[in-house]
Amino acid sequence: MTQTRSLWEHGVKTGIIGGVAVLVIALVGMVESFHRRDIIAEVITMGQVLLLIGGVFIGYIAAKRTGSDESLAPGLNAVIGSSVTGGFLAFLVIVGRLINLRAVLVNASPMLYKLLTLGHKGVAGIFIILLIGMGCGVFAAALFYLPRLTRRVIILSLSSMIIAGVLQDLIRPVIAAWGPVAVVSEWLFTGNGLTVSGSISIVILIAVVMTAWALKGQDIKSGYGNLSGGSQRGIKISAFFMLAVVLLALPHILGLFLSEVLTIVGLYVLLGLGLNIVVGYAGMLDLGYVAFFAIGSYVTAVLTSPELGFFSLTFWQALPFAVVLGIFFGVLLGIPVLKMRGDYLAIATLGFGEIIRILVLSDFLRPWLGGAQGAGKIPKAAIMGYQFITPQQIYYLILAGCILVVFISLRLKGSRLGRAWMAMREDEDVAQAMGINLVATKLLAFATGAGFSALSGAIFASKLGSVYPHSFNVIISINILCLIIVGGMGSIPGVIVGAAALVGLPELLREFAEYRLLVYGAALVAMMILRPEGLWPEVRHKMELHAEEENNIGEPEPSTAT
Amino acid sequence: MEGIMFQRWKESITPTDIVMWLIGGTLLLMVIWGSVATLVAGKYTGRHWIDFVIFGLAQGSIYALIATGYTMVYGVLRMINFAHGEVFMSGPYTAYFVAAAMYRSDFLDKHPFTALFVIFVVAMAISTMIAYFLEKIAYRPLRGAPRLIPLITAIGASFFLQYMFRGLYGSGFQAYPVIKIFEGAWVIFGIRILKFQLVVIVAAILLMAALYSFIMLTRAGKAIRAVSEDKEASSLMGINVDGMISTTFIIGGMAAGAAGVLYALMFKQVHFFMGFIPGIKAFTAAVLGGIGNIPGAMLGGIFLGLIESVGPSLFLDGLGIPAPYQLKDAIAFTMLVLVLIFRPMGIMGERLAAKKA
Repeated sequence: MTQTRSLWEHGVKTGIIGGVAVLVIALVGMVESFHRRDIIAEVITMGQVLLLIGGVFIGYIAAKRTGSDESLAPGLNAVIGSSVTGGFLAFLVIVGRLINLRAVLVNASPMLYKLLTLGHKGVAGIFIILLIGMGCGVFAAALFYLPRLTRRVIILSLSSMIIAGVLQDLIRPVIAAWGPVAVVSEWLFTGNGLTVSGSISIVILIAVVMTAWALKGQDIKSGYGNLSGGSQRGIKISAFFMLAVVLLALPHILGLFLSEVLTIVGLYVLLGLGLNIVVGYAGMLDLGYVAFFAIGSYVTAVLTSPELGFFSLTFWQALPFAVVLGIFFGVLLGIPVLKMRGDYLAIATLGFGEIIRILVLSDFLRPWLGGAQGAGKIPKAAIMGYQFITPQQIYYLILAGCILVVFISLRLKGSRLGRAWMAMREDEDVAQAMGINLVATKLLAFATGAGFSALSGAIFASKLGSVYPHSFNVIISINILCLIIVGGMGSIPGVIVGAAALVGLPELLREFAEYRLLVYGAALVAMMILRPEGLWPEVRHKMELHAEEENNIGEPEPSTAT
Repeated sequence: MEGIMFQRWKESITPTDIVMWLIGGTLLLMVIWGSVATLVAGKYTGRHWIDFVIFGLAQGSIYALIATGYTMVYGVLRMINFAHGEVFMSGPYTAYFVAAAMYRSDFLDKHPFTALFVIFVVAMAISTMIAYFLEKIAYRPLRGAPRLIPLITAIGASFFLQYMFRGLYGSGFQAYPVIKIFEGAWVIFGIRILKFQLVVIVAAILLMAALYSFIMLTRAGKAIRAVSEDKEASSLMGINVDGMISTTFIIGGMAAGAAGVLYALMFKQVHFFMGFIPGIKAFTAAVLGGIGNIPGAMLGGIFLGLIESVGPSLFLDGLGIPAPYQLKDAIAFTMLVLVLIFRPMGIMGERLAAKKA
């Protein structure tokens, strides 16, 4: 009896968890919103793809939990798991058609049911859901039993096609604008999504590339390793040059809307790099980081805006003041929290952030800061007559800022101060015992982070032309925190990846923007449980986080250079 | 002996301490100045002050109930359950639909006490469920992780829950139905109290008494206290640590759900973001009273409620600040920072906080 029970146990359990998750996704409205965008025009939408991916994923997890691919049990569990998930959705449709759930759950609408049942009414619709669920399970089982390489090829090529469909707003204008390659755009896209032929060609292309890499990749890698040091450097330098050329030409390739997206991503990269120093290098969780962003913006506003009427400096004249005041406040807000650790530090800094927000919003400071209406008419930056007005031009300003900040971050990381920060992050008491002056080190971390944030704030004020207190709330601090955590704490490429993913994506996918924080929250929790070092981790941090495991296994593996 | 101790103390002061004392002293001076100015100017009558105090007591008791959740979880897990504000929100928001249905069918007016009981039960059940699953899914896998990780997870869980409820129930402000028998005021010993305020205070006192007796008198309560003191020793003594931690979350969830209904009765509306600021304030209250100390959390909550209510009129007005009520939250946050700087172990002084701070 126990044998048969444990046979479908994993399938049912995973299926139930998956069912609840899929229900939540549907009832929150994500499926309906995503349904508006086609992946393959007229064939399948993003909403349907989301559900299918969910179904297959649940089946796969159920299979994995059951055992190895020797027996039939995993496959059975995969089918059971996905079917149970489908069952949950079917149940929703049945109940929803009988009772009006909409009074409570605003998204439990007939539209949703129509979507789920592919437009079929009555019993046929229910059957369709269950059938699709089972189909996902069968597909998941197939994936489970296939050899590893084939599985990876299939997953990656299908994912590439889906990503191409999702990012069509990014890819289409870029390809279409470039004469010789414009034809490709016609071939790939039409109306709201990919063409059928386009999608198939992407799948085949990626599959071929991946198989080729799998077979030939080792040869290429060893070939590269066999080159002399000089040639290797040569290749690295030329790659760097190509990257620089691409970065400089980007706004002209991408057009107006995408350049605007780039400037926002760039600002968040600046902010992220600053917080990266406080959280990533020094290990202090600062939840009030938006306060320095506000200070930078407001100082710029006060010093340059004729509306507030105190001073009329130019952007470049006001910038040093903004940064210096940011650093000053960084130190000021850092002093009280010197003795605090971990949770207390986080909440205290959150308190500071909120205090600053309330102050700039209040009537008390309105004569100086503009109160709830904020302050406008901030002049744009200009160098010798060249004004930074359009998004493309502002992009260069932000790019300059980013390069400066990346440079400073890199140099700090390898410096004595950087190592002191990382020692402090790992264990404060031991660091102090080793002779590190905790007060100075912590204050320097706060000051540097605040300085970067103020710089970003000044650029933001100039770009927007005005400052409103409502732009400086705790959600921004959380956003920045999310993108460093997801990208990888302490890792500079990680911050850039995080910003592109967490800030760029919602801008590109308007449907996604409403569920932004929902996904951020889920992503944070998932990342912390599964991969706390982030997507592009910093080597030392990864070692710290997995130190426990290494100790248990025995000799730690030799680490590769950063 | 005295000489040596004084010398040691002199050596242990750093410049940072002096800066902090200066800042603390200045703030204290400002508070006293403002208070004196207001009282001398006589802008508010005794009746006003009494109104402020009662409002503060009511609001404070709500904070106290939420704070017990924070303090208990900190006691057993040594982490701030950032998502507790969302546990607080989920109960009343779900119960709103029940309340609205009862209002529409006139059940609310005809059987107000039964209706209220049902609302409480629904809210507490939902909050408890959210708290239980929160612990099981987000916190249990991270039991031994370095401090930063569970904290970030809690932040993520908090936002996930907020926006999940936003997606499920909608983003609007939902007005709680008015319960007619609680409208109006009573006059007790010459003091005029609004009926629902008295109800809130009395309900909160009853709930806190129940919670306190649970912790002090029952076996489960003793086990929870044991786990918060020493997890390993407790498990060696045969206590089911995981079960006790779940129980802690459940109790905290029930208290938060009840607090949520009281909050909804008092402010007459619910929305998905309503848990965030009360959550932080309740944490402030827990720290004020001494984190890990349950009577301390209750005292801290009431104290914070009073300061928040009386403060703006008392000292901010005297300092000549226009529209002092806008800065009400700032007072609470400033209190938080001051307590964390100057007395992290809180009023009742728990050993716990001293180790961690």
